Amino acid sequence: MPEISNEGWTVAGRTFNSRLIVGTGKYKDFAENAAAVAASGAEIVTVAVRRVNISDPSQPVLMDYIDPKKITYLPNTAGCFTAEDAIRTLRLAREAGGWDLVKLEVLGEARTLYPNMRETLRATEVLAKEGFLPMVYCADDPIAAQQLEEAGAVAIMPLGAPIGSGLGLQNRVTIRLIVEGAKVPVLVDAGVGTASDAAVAMELGCDGVLMNTAIAEAKDPIRMARAMKLAVEAGREAYLAGRMQKRLYADPSSPLAGLI
Amino acid sequence: MTHADTLEVRINGETRRVSAGSTIAALVAEIGLDPARVAVERNLEIVPRSTLGDVAVVDGDAFEIVHFVGGG
Repeated sequence: MPEISNEGWTVAGRTFNSRLIVGTGKYKDFAENAAAVAASGAEIVTVAVRRVNISDPSQPVLMDYIDPKKITYLPNTAGCFTAEDAIRTLRLAREAGGWDLVKLEVLGEARTLYPNMRETLRATEVLAKEGFLPMVYCADDPIAAQQLEEAGAVAIMPLGAPIGSGLGLQNRVTIRLIVEGAKVPVLVDAGVGTASDAAVAMELGCDGVLMNTAIAEAKDPIRMARAMKLAVEAGREAYLAGRMQKRLYADPSSPLAGLI
Repeated sequence: MTHADTLEVRINGETRRVSAGSTIAALVAEIGLDPARVAVERNLEIVPRSTLGDVAVVDGDAFEIVHFVGGG
């Protein structure tokens, strides 16, 4: 048996070894960002689509530090509040990078960054028809998750807590219900604050975890990236191992027979 | 350059004057961008990269030129 089971996971026909997807926002600089990605072992990073600075086009860019030939770029629609804006953004992303595997998020309001599920569902339908492979950020709602899957989502990505909050998984029951109901991969996207949160998501049977702030805003982002790698692996191993049953009362680990 | 030789366009919300007869590829190069790393939208329609060298800039065109930046 291998030291760590490296069974991989598949989304829309593409197989990855690492179950950790990391964001590329909020880092001190590109070098720290690249070092954190390397330490996390992630094979997929999320990226945003924004206007180029036409007054100073010589500024360093993300691609100079994180090579899209080695690491899969997953373009997101962060900042989009309507299906139309999200679709427009991803059409541009596909033209800029040629990638059809994308992260769809359509936000409902700025304060909580909670998803607008009606717009999210509408965008998922359009994108799937246009040949995109949308991995979809969504509410932790098992029914909405099924509807997204029917609409063409290639992965369901419920929030564990609000984006950037670091509160950890607030509702393990709904995350588990989504995992049990889904035929496509389920990844907790948003809300992870520290390593144990990532492990919890994996112990619930999620296929992966997506995070940004938990690593970028740690005092030592590179060390936290490594911690997250280990936590995701540990959580996955624990899930596959099958945890013990919980009991209300103690059960001694040492034999009672032969007591002096 | 006189006004007659130039066109007024908007790029990422900024007004710019470009030489009459420019293609979008020439416009992108003039700004100093690598066309392989950006996507161009002209009047809300994506311009496929393969045709950037064929499409002429027209007075009043509105362009969005985007690339990838860090994000979560």
